[in-house]
Amino acid sequence: MKLVTAIIKPHKWEDVREALETFGVTGMTVSEVSGYGRQKGHTEVYRGAEYDIALVPKLRIEIVVDDGDAEDVIGIVLKTAQTGRIGDGKVWVSPLDSVVRVRTGDRDGAAI
Amino acid sequence: MDYGYHAWMLVAASLVLMMTTPALALFYGGMSRSKSVLNMMMMSFTAAGIVGIVYVLWGWSMSFGSQDIGMIINNPFETFGLSGIAGQDYIFVGFQMTFAIITAALISGAVADRLKFSAWVMFVPLWLTLSYFPIAHMVWGGGFLGDAANGVSGLLFDGDPLPIDYAGGTVVHVNAGVAALVLVLLLGKRLGFGSEPMKPHNLTLTMVGAGLLWFGWYGFNVGSIVFGGESPEADATQFISETSLVWLNTTVAAAAGIIGWLIVEKIRDRKATSLGAASGVVAGLVAITPACQALSPVGAILLGLVAGGLCAIAVGWKHTLGYDDSLDVVGVHLVGGLVGTVGAGFLSTSSGLLYGHGFQQLVVQVLVVLVAIVWSGVATLLVGLLVKYTIGLRIAEEDEVEGIDFVEHGESAYDLSPGGGGRRTASSVLARKTVSEGAHA
Repeated sequence: MKLVTAIIKPHKWEDVREALETFGVTGMTVSEVSGYGRQKGHTEVYRGAEYDIALVPKLRIEIVVDDGDAEDVIGIVLKTAQTGRIGDGKVWVSPLDSVVRVRTGDRDGAAI
Repeated sequence: MDYGYHAWMLVAASLVLMMTTPALALFYGGMSRSKSVLNMMMMSFTAAGIVGIVYVLWGWSMSFGSQDIGMIINNPFETFGLSGIAGQDYIFVGFQMTFAIITAALISGAVADRLKFSAWVMFVPLWLTLSYFPIAHMVWGGGFLGDAANGVSGLLFDGDPLPIDYAGGTVVHVNAGVAALVLVLLLGKRLGFGSEPMKPHNLTLTMVGAGLLWFGWYGFNVGSIVFGGESPEADATQFISETSLVWLNTTVAAAAGIIGWLIVEKIRDRKATSLGAASGVVAGLVAITPACQALSPVGAILLGLVAGGLCAIAVGWKHTLGYDDSLDVVGVHLVGGLVGTVGAGFLSTSSGLLYGHGFQQLVVQVLVVLVAIVWSGVATLLVGLLVKYTIGLRIAEEDEVEGIDFVEHGESAYDLSPGGGGRRTASSVLARKTVSEGAHA
């Protein structure tokens, strides 16, 4: 099992979710996060005072998948979240030791 | 006076009260950080709470009455507790009370994030007593800065022209602006001022607040009419023509204030902002307040443009000079109040310099403003020092970092935690038990 974590631009969320659902992903965890990469932050001006806003709002999507599905999920995120401009986000995949469904106690493959 | 005027005054006083609760609370609250928005709004609400009592007890008597003391105040005990005030005059007490409420509340914008709540509660009644009531008396109650024969204009120019402060350019705005400046000098800067971001946490609240302030300002300016009293017919004519002019001037000055502010921003910052538009409304309204009956509508537009533009520049001065006037009470109310009060000396259609009437009005206006600045500055300094060296002005450093809402009021403005944010503690469970037992009995 793998944990796929995708950081995307918030306005791409609906496109990404729809495509993942069509592919067969049945659940995910989404959080509103902030951070920066090469995009860095931006500047805002309030009553003439400039503020460098270092952190840019993003969405973090976390999906637990079978080993074989990880590449497909990456592909879907790339296809739907890409604008080609700086700040599109990142996807990374990490191995998982075990997964348990809280309701039934099902483990691993059965719990996804 | 007739029913129509009386009914209008009931509305006008209510509109001016709305300028503080909730308009100013929203305007300032939105500009605060999310950890101090409740404290900011509380300062407006408690200003209303305190002034509502003080004004009835001695505020009205100190400002208006027949026992003048040195042309500076009226005898505070003449109508203490409104004794001897006739029933039909209560609405004038109420109208003036709402002015005192908003003037005190205006100061609160300067002290965001760091003034002890108890210090605010102590400051407000003392400051009103030493600064607001005297200046209100001097300007409107028969004192030295008004139309009295031995006032500033009487001594210099035999009372022609008289000082112009229709609705409170000096009494309200210059007064609050000077007080804000003196108070923040005593209080010191917020931790991280100039280095940490302190951007507004909710500009939609600020926009709503600015809109409500604009609406309430019609009570403020249009309700400030004083009648000639020669005959009922003359008064009726005056009422209709003067209120129309004042309403229109108030509106176009606010409109021009938006444009003036945004022009400066577009040139200086490359972007016209919503906070700039909200601030421009207030700057234009502040400036037209003293002058709203003296100007033509075109003059009011000019005044609003200058006020909007100049205040947009003035809000930057705190960064260059290093005083932390957090929400720009000085930049908007002191500067806007000066633009309006001095501007009347240029733009008054009956006595202004630009209308070929010479320098007299300008001289009178400048003198009135100077006296108000000195009086307010000294009075605020005395009150501020008294509070500072008795209960103290400032919350502790770690409390300021934690957030004044939680530390001073035990609350947080926004609960964004999915679980509802915590459990009931023993004391609130006990309280609930008592209530439910009471309900069964």
